[in-house]
Amino acid sequence: MFDIISFIPRAIVQGIPLLFGCTGETISEKSGSLNLGIPGVMYVGGICGVIGAFLYEQHAGGNVSAFPAVAIPLLACLLGSLLMGLLFSVLTITLRVNQNVVGLAMTTFGVGFGNFFGGSLIKLTGSDVPSIALSATSQYFSKALPFAQGTGVFGKLFFSYGFLAYVAVIIAFITAYVLKRTRTGLQLRAVGENPATADAAGINITKYKYLATCIGCMIAGLGGLYYVMDYASGVWSNDAFGDRGWLAIALVIFTLWRPNIAVFASFLFGGLYILYLFIPTGTDLAIKELYKMLPYVVTIIVLVITGMRNKRENQPPESLGLPYFREDR
Amino acid sequence: MRKESKEPLIHITKRRGVPWQKAWLIRIIAIALALVICAIVTTAATGLDPVGVYGTMLEGAFGTERKVWILGKETAVLLCISIAMAPAFRMKFWNLGGEGQVLIGAWMTAACMIVLGDSLPGPLLILVMLISSILIGALWAGIPAFFKAKWNTNETLFTLMMNYVAIQLVAYYIIVWESPKGSGKVGIINQMTRSGWLPSIGNYQYLLNILIVALLTAGIYIYLQYSKHGYEISVVGESQSTARYVGIKVERVIIRTLLLSGGLCGLCGFLMVAGTDHTITTTLAGGRGFLGVMVAWLAQFNPLAMVLVSLLLCVLSRGAGEISTAYGLNQSFGDILTGIILFCIIGSEFFINYKIHFRKSAGGKLEPPAGKEGTEHV
Repeated sequence: MFDIISFIPRAIVQGIPLLFGCTGETISEKSGSLNLGIPGVMYVGGICGVIGAFLYEQHAGGNVSAFPAVAIPLLACLLGSLLMGLLFSVLTITLRVNQNVVGLAMTTFGVGFGNFFGGSLIKLTGSDVPSIALSATSQYFSKALPFAQGTGVFGKLFFSYGFLAYVAVIIAFITAYVLKRTRTGLQLRAVGENPATADAAGINITKYKYLATCIGCMIAGLGGLYYVMDYASGVWSNDAFGDRGWLAIALVIFTLWRPNIAVFASFLFGGLYILYLFIPTGTDLAIKELYKMLPYVVTIIVLVITGMRNKRENQPPESLGLPYFREDR
Repeated sequence: MRKESKEPLIHITKRRGVPWQKAWLIRIIAIALALVICAIVTTAATGLDPVGVYGTMLEGAFGTERKVWILGKETAVLLCISIAMAPAFRMKFWNLGGEGQVLIGAWMTAACMIVLGDSLPGPLLILVMLISSILIGALWAGIPAFFKAKWNTNETLFTLMMNYVAIQLVAYYIIVWESPKGSGKVGIINQMTRSGWLPSIGNYQYLLNILIVALLTAGIYIYLQYSKHGYEISVVGESQSTARYVGIKVERVIIRTLLLSGGLCGLCGFLMVAGTDHTITTTLAGGRGFLGVMVAWLAQFNPLAMVLVSLLLCVLSRGAGEISTAYGLNQSFGDILTGIILFCIIGSEFFINYKIHFRKSAGGKLEPPAGKEGTEHV
């Protein structure tokens, strides 16, 4: 029997990191920067949050209080992702190097950075704990809304998540609004579509590109933080975050650069990600490995279909992936 | 109210045709800078003095004869993937699926060894393994290429997703083939009969792979530089409209090039399983599919540069491995150093392609604007 009531919350929990990554990448792509470093950024965001929380727990000893337990990892995560964003921006916007190459290098670096500090943090800080298990701080991240109790199925479906899940949804809707309805969004889209025209209209290309890329990275980094502090209950294990960063980038195409669609699409992908746990396979463990292909196969099918339909409004920003140099014509 | 306009502090101009000595000097400075940064980072992590860091690293890479052979083997693998990427890349087709193409080739090789190991005579078995792994690698790259050519599907993400399809397929078969049962890994295939194992030249187990990759490197260089196909690839890469105008069948070139690229990756998987590892894991390629793209880009299709960059990255990762083991640190330390080196070399491309002028009053000297095509004020 397929247990839909326990399936949906788990799908949503899986979808939240994808949603953060997808929203961040959308902002970045709208400014014309195809940031393939997002998987690395999400790792860095996650591990920086862990480092912040770890140092705080070591410092505070037994008495951990709510505000610093949330604020310190959050700030550490945002700072780490911001630095990654700045790195990408300096290399691709100021130094005009190929975005794909920088992105891939950032992913190599970021994943290595996450796994290195995840594996060596205890040794580096010289503490005597056996493993990184930040249960004290993570309980503040995964705390459900206070009125979730006693509302039954409805409460379980809508109120049972940590605060970052709601932040993800709110950020996605705000981004959708800003991109579509405000002057800032219009100018940002102009930069991504045709920077030369935008430049002629007096828009500061460099400023928009830097801001969009850095803000995008900070939002994506929160995805890593959510994963480790809420979903994984503060336990860092190497490579556990896996390929979610790449799926987030694929989601951007799937959602046609619209963060409001991304809210639902990410939950759908989250569902595909864990569907193998819910399909009864008996004792055949091997077949589960084949079910894990599902999100990737669906992504491929979607890519093919959007490619075939080829509608004007569904196309990527026109100058996506290209560096802008004023003298080039 | 507008400010009075004045000459900006820095302005940047584009330049073409930098003499190769100067370009290489810039790259060497970048690598030197990267090595200094790596030393600082390592010292911060281990408390070792910077000179000692490089001593330990070189020890890890070249310390014993065995280590030198392992270094050669690793370099051959990375180089093989890089030359596989180069043709697709020159066409500006972003094949990020090297990881999956290598893995699926390796999977095919392992499958042949397990299924046909006892029924075919040695040389015939190796031939079947070779051909089938090249074909399936070509198929793995050919599918995205077909959709790219027909409907302009985004190849970056398509090839990327094909990696995970390959990984899950291999994960499935690892459970099916696992030996001993319950260990979760395949173990050494045909350990007793050695059927399907590539022969070793003398006592040097890795030499055959290294020689094959060296030959392939020369072959691909000639193919790209001197053949009609190579010329068509460059034209399609520069401009598809131009290619169509001069009568090149763009769709055919895209599919043909990707079949070649994927086939070489499949061959690389074959060499790894049949030649050296004799087993298969899902992490066989271990990120080198992506690293190969960067090597191909950094080397700008220059085969000598590809050898050097692959060697540098492998020395670094082997050296970092030694440091990690010696100081009880995590093995991912090598990835951080690799990242730092890559950022520095990538960044140095700017100084090769652009010239920076400082305002005279700021103390810098303004060089004559040779080869200048325009200016931008920053």
